[in-house]
Amino acid sequence: MTDSKYFTTTKKGEIFELKAELNSDKKEKKKEAVKKVIASMTVGKDVSALFPDVVNCMQTDNLELKKLVYLYLMNYAKSQPDMAIMAVNTFVKDCEDPNPLIRALAVRTMGCIRVDKITEYLCEPLRKCLKDEDPYVRKTAAVCVAKLHDINAQLVEDQGFLDTLKDLISDSNPMVVANAVAALSEIAESHPNSNLLDLNPQSINKLLTALNECTEWGQIFILDCLANYTPRDDRESQSICERVTPRLSHANSAVVLSAVKVLMKFMEMLPKDLDYYGTLLKKLAPPLVTLLSAEPELQYVALRNINLIVQKRPEILKHEMKVFFVKYNDPIYVKLEKLDIMIRLASQANIAQVLAELKEYATEVDVDFVRKAVRAIGRCAIKVEQSAERCVSTLLDLIQTKVNYVVQEAIVVIKDIFRKYPNKYESVIATLCENLDSLDEPEARAAMIWIVGEYAERIDNADELLESFLEGFHDESTQVQLQLLTAIVKLFLKKPTETQELVQQVLSLATQDSDNPDLRDRGYIYWRLLSTDPVAAKEVVLAEKPLISEETDLIEPTLLEELICCIGTLASVYHKPPSAFVEGSRGVQHRRLPARTGSGESSESPDVGQSAGVVADAPPAVIPTQGDLLGDLLNLDLAPPTSSGPTVPPSMQMGAMDLLGGGLDSLLAGDIAGSPAMATGLASAPVGLPASLSAPVSSGLDDLFDLGGGVSMPTGAYVVPKTIWLPAMKAKGLEISGTFARRGGVLHMELSLTNKAMSVMSDFAVQFNRNSFGLAPAGPLQVVAPLNPNQTTELGLPLSTVGPVMKMEPLNNLQVAVKNNIDVFYFSCQYPISILFVEDGKMERQVFLATWKDIPNDSEAQYTIKDCHLNSDAASARLQSSNIFTIAKRTVEGQDMLYQSIKLTNGIWVLVELRVQTGNPTYMLSVKCRAAEVSQLVHQCYEMVLKN
Amino acid sequence: MIHSLFLINSAADIFLEKHWKSVISRSVCDYFFEAQEKAGEPNNVPPVIRTPHHYLINIYRDKIFFVSVIQTEVPPLFVIEFLHRVAETLQDYFGECSESVIKDNVVIVYELLEEMLDNGFPLATESNILKELIKPPTILRSMVNTITGSSNVGETLPTGQLSTVPWRRAGVKYTNNEAYFDVIEEIDAIIDKSGATVCAEIQGVIDACVKLTGMPDLTLTFMNPRLLDDVSFHPCVRFKRWESERVLSFIPPDGNFRLMSYHVSAQNLVAIPIYVKQNISFFESGSSGRLDITVGPKQTMGKPVEGLVVSIHMPKVVLSVNLTATQGTQKYDTTTKVLVWDIGKLNQQKLPNLKGSLSLQSGSPKPEENPSLDIDLKIQQLAISGVKVSRLDMHGEKYKPFKGVKYITKAGKFQVRT
Repeated sequence: MTDSKYFTTTKKGEIFELKAELNSDKKEKKKEAVKKVIASMTVGKDVSALFPDVVNCMQTDNLELKKLVYLYLMNYAKSQPDMAIMAVNTFVKDCEDPNPLIRALAVRTMGCIRVDKITEYLCEPLRKCLKDEDPYVRKTAAVCVAKLHDINAQLVEDQGFLDTLKDLISDSNPMVVANAVAALSEIAESHPNSNLLDLNPQSINKLLTALNECTEWGQIFILDCLANYTPRDDRESQSICERVTPRLSHANSAVVLSAVKVLMKFMEMLPKDLDYYGTLLKKLAPPLVTLLSAEPELQYVALRNINLIVQKRPEILKHEMKVFFVKYNDPIYVKLEKLDIMIRLASQANIAQVLAELKEYATEVDVDFVRKAVRAIGRCAIKVEQSAERCVSTLLDLIQTKVNYVVQEAIVVIKDIFRKYPNKYESVIATLCENLDSLDEPEARAAMIWIVGEYAERIDNADELLESFLEGFHDESTQVQLQLLTAIVKLFLKKPTETQELVQQVLSLATQDSDNPDLRDRGYIYWRLLSTDPVAAKEVVLAEKPLISEETDLIEPTLLEELICCIGTLASVYHKPPSAFVEGSRGVQHRRLPARTGSGESSESPDVGQSAGVVADAPPAVIPTQGDLLGDLLNLDLAPPTSSGPTVPPSMQMGAMDLLGGGLDSLLAGDIAGSPAMATGLASAPVGLPASLSAPVSSGLDDLFDLGGGVSMPTGAYVVPKTIWLPAMKAKGLEISGTFARRGGVLHMELSLTNKAMSVMSDFAVQFNRNSFGLAPAGPLQVVAPLNPNQTTELGLPLSTVGPVMKMEPLNNLQVAVKNNIDVFYFSCQYPISILFVEDGKMERQVFLATWKDIPNDSEAQYTIKDCHLNSDAASARLQSSNIFTIAKRTVEGQDMLYQSIKLTNGIWVLVELRVQTGNPTYMLSVKCRAAEVSQLVHQCYEMVLKN
Repeated sequence: MIHSLFLINSAADIFLEKHWKSVISRSVCDYFFEAQEKAGEPNNVPPVIRTPHHYLINIYRDKIFFVSVIQTEVPPLFVIEFLHRVAETLQDYFGECSESVIKDNVVIVYELLEEMLDNGFPLATESNILKELIKPPTILRSMVNTITGSSNVGETLPTGQLSTVPWRRAGVKYTNNEAYFDVIEEIDAIIDKSGATVCAEIQGVIDACVKLTGMPDLTLTFMNPRLLDDVSFHPCVRFKRWESERVLSFIPPDGNFRLMSYHVSAQNLVAIPIYVKQNISFFESGSSGRLDITVGPKQTMGKPVEGLVVSIHMPKVVLSVNLTATQGTQKYDTTTKVLVWDIGKLNQQKLPNLKGSLSLQSGSPKPEENPSLDIDLKIQQLAISGVKVSRLDMHGEKYKPFKGVKYITKAGKFQVRT
């Protein structure tokens, strides 16, 4: 008896027959009929017409039948919303059933029915189930909250389910805890800056307890959640590590990798001289090695992550080279990854083994792999100096095989070896020259030409060799053409007597017969150099070349840190930060490794030092109500800085300390649990900017800088006139007006402080609350002298955008606290989004096109701008001065379409199409951005820039 | 979390789809087909594929692609592990995991998938629990069901779901109480053409079949636990006891399960049970080549080597072979270009030898690559790493169980380069 019988159809019409069977009195027949319906559904047949008949079968005490009907409902309710209502009663009843299995099943199924009308009825049963006495029901209900949130987020918030969910983190049952964490993590993903998973030592303790007892999947959720926590000090960090380490022995590789992530991150805080640190390093290697004996798909993900780990902490796997040796039947994606890691681990101790392996690989079948193996030999030579000679002889052996692509790859890498070790291996040039004719790939040809040019004085027939390339000059790729031009000029400088004709020939080919501007320009430069001052030409062209670096493809340290925090995720597979490709969410969150505590540590590893004190994954927070604001702002100050990163200069520290002290302590006593990361975030704003300049001086300087430095920043960016932000009557006589400006690529808050009180004001300081784009003061507020009554001072406060991030409503809202010797005052202001437009916001045309297509149409917003009398060129120029770059212009039927790109400080791209009809004062504006909420602000900015 | 699952056969037909959230159109699989085409071999399809709005994470098992669709940041290993679990569960339920079996049991498969995942979160993946929720099909049961009208779906909450020992059901009863353990070791090794070991490691597992009444608490002790480099355990094993005393202490699941897996790495010397003397050469002219392979025992600890098979992936230009084997049978598959020499038991007195000529496609150049040899073998009653179980004790129950430990060594990825 198999289910394939469900697929046999009768001539009379399947639906008709099924209908009859569904309405049969016999239970068994009914069940069989529902099974047939499900079978048809799974293969994609449309059986929605049977909806009422199937739903009628729902009222049954047969659990299997009930489950089958539920399966059907989940699939079709969306297309039959009115009918789906019929099912609601049964659901509500089932949620009261004495059997917990039925209660759980009902709440689980209800959540899967994505029909708005049903969700309303879901709330009451869900609330009950979240508090059910049976943990099985509670854990199912926890997941249901996440489902409901996906359908109707507002409803979930209004009903207070999020709080209930947070309470479940302290549930007595580990499975309930795990599911609550999973649900919260999923919800938090769509609210990157909410405080849903604000963890404190107590909740961490609960999670760690649950970790030991819940299922493997639950462990993954909990570990991933733990990884977002920043421990207060190295002691806490160590105790978490100790409790997580047993997870490394789990049979589920995802658990192992998540545990590795937590350990790699928290290890950062441990002092290196601690015994435990060494123990931990030792414990990490075996599980990573074991991952490589799993199925190839798992191996692949493991290898991508090991690649990161090896770059961060090569010591972990330095003795495990052999496990990365390639087996011939490994899938290609595993082979390539293994090879990459082999090179990273190559050292003087193991280079002989590695080379023997690489040579073996170079005779394999797979072309891609062979090529990479040959390149790897070159990389070994450059990385391990002692091995260079052996590498070169291996490469020569390979060239002797005469296999075309092997020869070409070998020549490309030998060029690099020549550059790294000049005047050492030139004896092999003769062998290389023998293979000149077989080179057909541009990269190999260019490499060969470079070698001939560089060593022209040692190659007797260098002129003939180069001349042979010259014949087909115009058919070569640009890379080869440029190389050939340079090589012949070098040759001429070395042997001027015989090669005059050749050099003239190539110069004329490059300058007169080519339409490639790069080539032409280079040709002209050489020509003029040679004709004006041959000695200078020699100095320029034959100048000593800088050495090439050891490893070329290392991931940049800050990105590496971010990726280490993302071990096990998609980001780690692609080696890109999550913001680069996860749609919509987390656009502005950057993960950093926590800073090491204790003294004398930071100097050890400079990359750690840099990140020390920078926000470690800013803990999310709620948008404070007015009443909370005081506490919230003050919280920032209170927690002691967790580190003293070397980048924080003493003056900054003083400024921060001043704010911390200053008699505010009494106010703060109640609210100490603030997040340490915030304080450090504030204290560590970049200090590359001039500490403070008063506004006019600053802009003047910037202008100068613009002219001198050639930065393409026009000076005419529109600045909104100052408005009063804090009236004197609200601030005991202190009036603050201000505006925002972007000058020379630096954000400034320009302030006028007026003392309208009777007494002198002094000791000014400023702080910002977390905001949408991470604006933070980049220096202290420099009020030079005490402010006398009726005196006004103008000053510019440079801002950075690396402060803590929290989404504000409206998006560009900024809450500011200003303190003086009298009191602390709060106000909020809105900054024009145009100050966030960066100077390198000009997108490549191709990228623009692709991105425009890639952003779904529902994130496109349309606006009209009325009464604007500029023509399109003037508009374009004016917009350019605010860093809105026109990439292309198209004219269709008298209408100019401008395609423009904008990049925000946090890396978000905004694409704009502006339509201007000659003689029509109304512009049409279409804005596309992955973060759709930005569009409205961009529109405001256009209005402002175009009309002022 | 996991959004949808598509099962695809090698002919690129989607024969089953399941959605745990909203329905995602099948057209998303087009990206997968594209990658599949690019990869050529099904084994070479990259496990993670990026599409404009989704990620496709797939595994290839038993000629079926399990393609899952995800939309948010999810740990890929999590998804891959889960997909493996699905494949294992199907295997467990139906004896094999093939397209025809899945089609024959489509409703049960669908019910299982629904039970395994809720909203993309794993729900019940333990085989013990699933079997309590959804009974596996047997001919007898379906007959009984038809007669009595009873159902395949359990009516009560599986007892294990929430207890502190979720892997074991309560009220287990047997008349014969038995506990058997199989220590299975696989040798992964690369041997170079001169016979030297390039790398070698041992992957070991202990599979158990425990049929004991009640709630037995077992302790398994090794003679030499320090041999094991890296261990991973079934959740039932108390990690603390292992850390402190190096013994396995656990309340076992009922039935078959994998108690632990371990790894003995290259740091320790791994014994290689056989040696292979081989000579495969191709001549510059005459489109032919020679092959001469002899297999002999090396470190077998006095145990006989059985089930010895040598397979060779020949270069594409090898058209046919003319070989004689002193022992066993040999066969050359001209389409896959694999030569399989099935030797059987290794005769220590007269070493097996395979010898003869290879004929190549006329006119084609001498092949560049050297074929690799894959070795398969089995040694009964031996764990090659030297791991030995010294005793098994039971607490918590009164009866005396039958106990047994079996050792077996196999070749894993055992390759000889030429």
